[in-house]
Amino acid sequence: MTALVARIRTLLGALALLALAAGPLPAAAQQPSSVDPTKSAVSEEQLLQQFKTIQGRGRIPDVKSYTLEQPAGRDWRHFHEVTLRWIGGIAILGMLALIIIFYLARGMVRIEAGRSGRSVVRFNAAERFIHWMTAACFIVLGLSGLNVTFGKLLLLPLMSPEGFTAWSEAAKYAHNYLSFPFTLGVVLIFLMWIAGNIPNSVDLAWLRRGGGLLKGDHPPAERFNAGQKLIYWIVVLGGGAVAASGYLLIFPFYGTTIETMQDAQMVHGVIAMLFVAAMIAHIYIGTIGMEGAFEAMSQGTVDLNWAKEHHSLWLETEAARTKFAPSQAQPRPTATTGR
Amino acid sequence: MARMKFLCDADRCIECNACVTACKNEHEVPWGINRRRVVTINDGKPGERSVSMACMHCTDAPCQAVCPVNAFYTTADGVVLHSKDICIGCGYCFYACPFGAPQYPRVGNFGTRGKMDKCTFCAGGPEADNTQAEYEKYGANRLAEGKLPLCAEMCSTKSLLAGDGEIIAQIYKERVVKRGYGSGAWGWKTAYRETITA
Repeated sequence: MTALVARIRTLLGALALLALAAGPLPAAAQQPSSVDPTKSAVSEEQLLQQFKTIQGRGRIPDVKSYTLEQPAGRDWRHFHEVTLRWIGGIAILGMLALIIIFYLARGMVRIEAGRSGRSVVRFNAAERFIHWMTAACFIVLGLSGLNVTFGKLLLLPLMSPEGFTAWSEAAKYAHNYLSFPFTLGVVLIFLMWIAGNIPNSVDLAWLRRGGGLLKGDHPPAERFNAGQKLIYWIVVLGGGAVAASGYLLIFPFYGTTIETMQDAQMVHGVIAMLFVAAMIAHIYIGTIGMEGAFEAMSQGTVDLNWAKEHHSLWLETEAARTKFAPSQAQPRPTATTGR
Repeated sequence: MARMKFLCDADRCIECNACVTACKNEHEVPWGINRRRVVTINDGKPGERSVSMACMHCTDAPCQAVCPVNAFYTTADGVVLHSKDICIGCGYCFYACPFGAPQYPRVGNFGTRGKMDKCTFCAGGPEADNTQAEYEKYGANRLAEGKLPLCAEMCSTKSLLAGDGEIIAQIYKERVVKRGYGSGAWGWKTAYRETITA
């Protein structure tokens, strides 16, 4: 009896298996000869149309490596190798050309009344120290920065590759570490000269007369004229921008991605080029462009007649404050014989 | 002359990371540096895809163009190499590289990244072939021994192909025709401005 039941069970089982096996057979015959098992998977083209980068997941701790592709690197390359060079070349060479033309046409702006032999304090020791600290840093930062953009075109052909590397590496470290005293200098300049650099109506009148540069007259000016105020704001705002963008690059991947670092480098490069061009003009007018101007920042004093011509309103307030009479100052022959 | 290229057949990559391990071992790559890595897109989701990526040895390589000290050079085989004696560790090649290939031994605050390291297509560097100096800086020079990059040689599914661009493109095309599908050569458009259509 039990044997019969077992036999029937086996038969039923075999029949069921047969039915199962026979069932899918016609369906299998209808299947295509090949199947794309990754049909639903993402494609490179589709990802690049959707996103600027292709991101995934890796198995190593370096999360930067999870970016599979960032074709934007090629755009940044074009900026660095082409656009920035044009901007820098036009800004810096253009400024130099303008200054040479101006110097040839106008020459050095003289103290018209000659030297009086009497001097007025213009910048105290602290002001001069902060100015020269910032200026010295700026020159090193400017030259080392320009080396990154133009060095391999202008310097490398004149040096051995090893020599150029030694210089560029030293320049890179100087650029990174001198950014700190430079930034401190920009902050101190902002604080110590803000009072004299708020634009006002005197500046409008000064600007309308072209600062006296073209016609050779002397529009009245306070301690800082409109041109100097412009330099002040270029230093404060431009210096602030290069410092901020520079610190993003000095600490790579601290809250930045490769894209923000590319953007920071572009901002840094363009503003720095314009900054250098502006400072060339500042250096010109502070040295060979104007008689009696350089001593303001070297010795801290200016000739009374220089002050009268270029900063008449400032001299009046200084005179009232220190109780001396500038109008009585006469050019002394002894003071002018030396020239 | 061959034009050396990498090709990752993403339909075959099983994310085993053997290429990564082979590379690290062959060249004794320092800690923290991975010349090759496998990136998985949509990990764990339907449509997941893994791609093995390293330096693609681009045509008209962006790293070479932006390097401020001209540390890079392209060999006659189209392999993009660099000199660690010339590199100043500025990091510009990492900004420009579309594939994240340049690596630095340190995190790099204040520009102290150290000398850049990247895939050499197992072709060493500017030093004389297979010298100790070359090995210490760049790893093994398999190409000089007539061998292809170890990552591709080790690939268990032959997903990663390395060699002359025309030959590996032909192999890939034949595969695509035979099996009837292919997701294309990842990175080729960006690296070589061309794609493989079968």
